[in-house]
Amino acid sequence: MRYLPLTQSDRQAMLATIGAPSIDALFVDVPDVAQLDGPIHGLPMHASELAVERHLSTLARKNMVAGDVPFFLGCGAYKHHVPASVDHIIQRGEFLTAYTPYQPEIAQGTLQMLFEFQTQVARLLGTDVANASMYDGSTACWEAIVMARRITKRGKALLSAGLHPHYVSVAKTMATFTGDLLDTAIPTLTADTDADRLIAAIDDDTSCVVVQYPDILGRITDLSRIAAAAHAKKALLIAVVTEPVALGALKSPGEMDADIVVGEGQSIGVGLQFGGPYVGLFGCKEKYLRQMPGRLCGETLDATGKRGFVLTLSTREQHIRREKATSNICTNSGLCALAFSVHMTLLGEKGLRTLAMNNHHGAVAAADRLARVPGVELINTSFFNEFTLKLPKEARPIVRKLADRRILAGVSLGRLYPGEDSLKNGLVVAVTETTTADDVEILATALTEVLA
Amino acid sequence: MTINASGWRPEMSTAHASTGPATFTGNRALMLDEALIFEIGSTETTGVDFIPVQVGSSRLGALARHVEIGLPGLSEPETVRHYTRLSRQNYAIDLGFFPLGSCTMKHNPRLNERMARLPGFADIHPLAPVDTVQGALQLVHELAHWLVTLTGMSAVAMSPKAGAHGELCGILAIRAALEARGEGDRKIILVPESAHGTNPATAAFAGYQVEDIPATPEGRVDLAALMARLGPDVAGVMITNPNTCGLFERDMRKISDAVHAAGGLVYCDGANFNAIVGRVRPGDLGIDAMHINLHKTFSTPHGGGGPGSGPVVFSEALAPFAPLPIIEKSGDHYVIIEEETAADHHAQSFGRMVAFHGQMGMFTRALSYIMSHGADGLRQVAEDAVLNANYVLRSLEDVLHAPFAATGPCMHEALFSDDGMAEGFSTLDIAKGLIDEGFHPMTVYFPLVVHGAMLVEPTETESKVALDQFIGALRSVAERARAGDPALKSAPHFAPRARLDETLAARKPVLVWKEAPLAEAAE
Repeated sequence: MRYLPLTQSDRQAMLATIGAPSIDALFVDVPDVAQLDGPIHGLPMHASELAVERHLSTLARKNMVAGDVPFFLGCGAYKHHVPASVDHIIQRGEFLTAYTPYQPEIAQGTLQMLFEFQTQVARLLGTDVANASMYDGSTACWEAIVMARRITKRGKALLSAGLHPHYVSVAKTMATFTGDLLDTAIPTLTADTDADRLIAAIDDDTSCVVVQYPDILGRITDLSRIAAAAHAKKALLIAVVTEPVALGALKSPGEMDADIVVGEGQSIGVGLQFGGPYVGLFGCKEKYLRQMPGRLCGETLDATGKRGFVLTLSTREQHIRREKATSNICTNSGLCALAFSVHMTLLGEKGLRTLAMNNHHGAVAAADRLARVPGVELINTSFFNEFTLKLPKEARPIVRKLADRRILAGVSLGRLYPGEDSLKNGLVVAVTETTTADDVEILATALTEVLA
Repeated sequence: MTINASGWRPEMSTAHASTGPATFTGNRALMLDEALIFEIGSTETTGVDFIPVQVGSSRLGALARHVEIGLPGLSEPETVRHYTRLSRQNYAIDLGFFPLGSCTMKHNPRLNERMARLPGFADIHPLAPVDTVQGALQLVHELAHWLVTLTGMSAVAMSPKAGAHGELCGILAIRAALEARGEGDRKIILVPESAHGTNPATAAFAGYQVEDIPATPEGRVDLAALMARLGPDVAGVMITNPNTCGLFERDMRKISDAVHAAGGLVYCDGANFNAIVGRVRPGDLGIDAMHINLHKTFSTPHGGGGPGSGPVVFSEALAPFAPLPIIEKSGDHYVIIEEETAADHHAQSFGRMVAFHGQMGMFTRALSYIMSHGADGLRQVAEDAVLNANYVLRSLEDVLHAPFAATGPCMHEALFSDDGMAEGFSTLDIAKGLIDEGFHPMTVYFPLVVHGAMLVEPTETESKVALDQFIGALRSVAERARAGDPALKSAPHFAPRARLDETLAARKPVLVWKEAPLAEAAE
């Protein structure tokens, strides 16, 4: 038992100090009926590093690794190249094995990093302020809806049809319990988003309009019009960004007057990891700062006048406000925020913009090539690194067939919108800097064959 | 027999080094300050090279970016140095004893990091065809089996992202179950005064009203008061066991039975599961739902505040209401039950709490840890954790007031109060004094039921030598606080920063870096 330092003689000496006859005597408060008299039956005993590694490696080998095959999946999780130094830094024990910085004098490393992260995120999203991270994009999105309810004191949220269906699903689950009203819709396989529907539906009961940018089908909508319409009715605009690299090439939601901008930060620094842990981004206008959920890091001075950083405005948070807190969130996604921040620092303005444009140009070339596959239609007129194809057949079996050929072709809309006939031929294809021209050609050729 | 029986002793203190002359940089040899990336980076600099691409026409439409974002870049050497310097201003488990009560700061084995980085786990997409991720699903399924077996429960929801998110999952399942039996009008959740702040916040977030249950003078839930409050308006209770005073709730079974008899359900905050893992199954105590902080009991790293992972185990009564997605084995095949197929087997599921399937990266680490310990090792974990805490309690109770020590042993954490300190000296001073001694302070001012609380959770991964050094240091600091040593009021003296002005930070919040105004910059 390599992780347990106490020796048998240590244990005896310590029991003597305590004045207890045995370890069992320390568990005297547990009723006899709940005491187990030995290791739980039916579970394996302790194992060596080698044995554990062998077992887990066997499981790992059963999965088709994104980096090993032509890979085109997106829809809220993107494969990007993460520089080696990012993983090196997040594995430094001083970051990896630290706790929430509640003792700021010996946590300036984490705190300064969070302050830098908040600034990077706020600038990227185009908001005045940003918090120190949320669990992921989907939970950040729901927290934003709740925040809009607190600010406007209205309970109806308008969700764009282009919002990620899992994000919608999370909001629906939560709204069942909170009593919030949600107005939702299913997207159509066309170039047009539902901006007009949203603008027409905003009324005096609307707390917020929630719009994904670019949306689930990869389409890009001008948020300014929606913001103006929302503000005219004293409602808020919440923008949701699931691919933050896009903001290296596109106007930020904040520039288009969004009030709250949330996002999934996974693309920058974090990696796919089968869906988690990821990092939720959360920014807003300064006037709404005190209604924000989550931890905030702020600048201050120490007793000798040196600049330093602390967690601040904690009177919004559960450990102070208990049932009156703005959210129940406690643990956030600190280490993923570090990964995001390190990767963003390596990129800088110049690198992010190059990365974004490389993604975009790769996607344009891929979209044009795939649209030449007989029977395949590109639905987007605008997109960043992800676009939707309308296949002449149901997409889901096609995706499975291509997976059998070791090609991960994209996300079929049948997977995301089961039972929606109007969407079942849709295939969402993501192209990043990790996608090669050969990958695209392999996909195009295979798609031609399986559709024939 | 220890090899180094006469070696290092905790009382080997040395005189403080003088602060010495001023330096040009303000640095002190290895004590290095570091500027912000906004002060040392530039928008022209990047630490990443790219493969050139063929540039075609843009499809960004009218929304292409034209204005600068304002993101500074650093080259790779500067980046590595920046973050390495920052890292050295952090305390961490890898550096020393981190007895933060209720947080279970145990050693984070590096095998777990290696396993989580296997490309077969780290580089797979959550929406990849299910046939291509069978190994990942098997891993989740195996971890789920360990969790339900260790807790003696019926089912587990794997997707909650952290402890508080798990609490929400449990409370929503309770609400769904009550609504299914037509008792949605039960609007009260009872929470002990000593509870973590997340408990009342969660209940309120889920639409419940929260009422406090008082504690007995010996630090446990007041069973009589609880039973008196039960009734047709009570949805359930949220109880932490072992509780935040570090004590086992002896009456847990009676509490569960009484709540069930009154038609309510029992949520257990499993933050302190480390004290009982392998020795007690919460299922045997009649609870209906409990979250497990994989980042506490099962050693996934805290990472400076996250990510965590908070799977929730359910009793038979609540299992049908577990959230989506659910990973199941069907023959030799693993499947993901999502919205599409839920109607067939899990029609009562309360729905989805997160995009995708939960914290896979944490599942891998936790399973690696659990397999390393096995059923025997996990039992030893609980025993050593409890032994270490009692050793700290009994070694210090003569110098620090231990409010509940007279009633018997503690579980995995030792609770002290600041009773008996000199006028004007409190828990905060003791905490800051410990920083100078090279320790991370214990949890302070929590639980709220004890004045000036100090909650020490040593965990099982500390050696007796480390505990003795800490005990010596805390004894010394406590004695200084009792004697009213003025130097303690200004501690820490040797940390990267002196005490920070939290009032200033809150009064004039500066949450993002801004360029100095031009006029000021010109001065």
